[in-house]
Amino acid sequence: MTARSFLVRGLLAGLLAGLFTFVVAHQVGEPHVEAAIGLEAAGAAASEADGHGEGVAAHGGEDHGDEGTTVSRGDQRTWGLLTGTVVVGTALGGLVALVAAGVVGRLGRIRPAQSTLLVALLGFVSVALVPFLKYPATPPAVGNAETIGERTNEYFGYLAISLLAAVVAVAVARALVPRLGGFEAVVAGVALYLVVVVGFGQLMPTVNEVGDFPADLLWYFRRASLITLATLWGSLAVILTFLVKRLDTSTSAVQARRDLAASL
Amino acid sequence: MSQAVVTPEVQVPTIPLNELAPWALFFGLLAVIALFFISADQGAVSIPSGNAIHEWVHDGRHLLGFPCH
Repeated sequence: MTARSFLVRGLLAGLLAGLFTFVVAHQVGEPHVEAAIGLEAAGAAASEADGHGEGVAAHGGEDHGDEGTTVSRGDQRTWGLLTGTVVVGTALGGLVALVAAGVVGRLGRIRPAQSTLLVALLGFVSVALVPFLKYPATPPAVGNAETIGERTNEYFGYLAISLLAAVVAVAVARALVPRLGGFEAVVAGVALYLVVVVGFGQLMPTVNEVGDFPADLLWYFRRASLITLATLWGSLAVILTFLVKRLDTSTSAVQARRDLAASL
Repeated sequence: MSQAVVTPEVQVPTIPLNELAPWALFFGLLAVIALFFISADQGAVSIPSGNAIHEWVHDGRHLLGFPCH
């Protein structure tokens, strides 16, 4: 078990998860993206016909896409989406694997596969799920182009708070195990995490730029987005845990043989 | 018979943190850069200027929950 052996497995798991996520996002999410862009294009045509080229017409107004670059919708929903899911998957896979490598053997007596699965699940909750609940994904046509700076800061700020809170919560729970026992320490860690993310969730500004975008389409899109995120993290968790489990089994077997040989 | 907690310690191996650090630092930086280009570039900040990256990863950005535009 080395940093390298974890990183290699994480990159592979992330790549596969990214490919799988593309298929799910394309099948589950794209119909709603298309529908939202249809509304957006209709709205834009109704208000002002500014030369934005075919499909991608006028995201949220005038100051978008002034350079005139136009990637066709056909490319965006296939190769573009694939690029996004595979790069994000591979990067997250590597990061999760390195965190898992650091955590192995340091969380009580749980086996490497178990701690790896735990890292991936906590990653899903703190990096994807909780930020989504505060700042949910928005379809094309929702969102004011002038507030993209603030919304970006708020989203990544809240994500950072959530991730940091999760790290601290795990450290606190780990430190409390000898005093409180396993179950109580985990409850304390989870409670700490929830207090922090709910508290900051109350304090930080709410974004509501939905306007008169149809509620049903908004829900379908957000549900599809959550399915996409869950697919990415879930498949990453399963594949990486599987690979780490095999790594653990083989290194343990080698170690056992070495111990036996040494004892002869 | 106080059920003494003498667990036959099957020691889980750890990876020394000083061995992990250079991997974590190098790959961490690389991953953050990659995630930046997919998640946020040419939205709030643009490196390089223009719109090509934003448009190329547009759908992934929306469906993965990042603020897009």
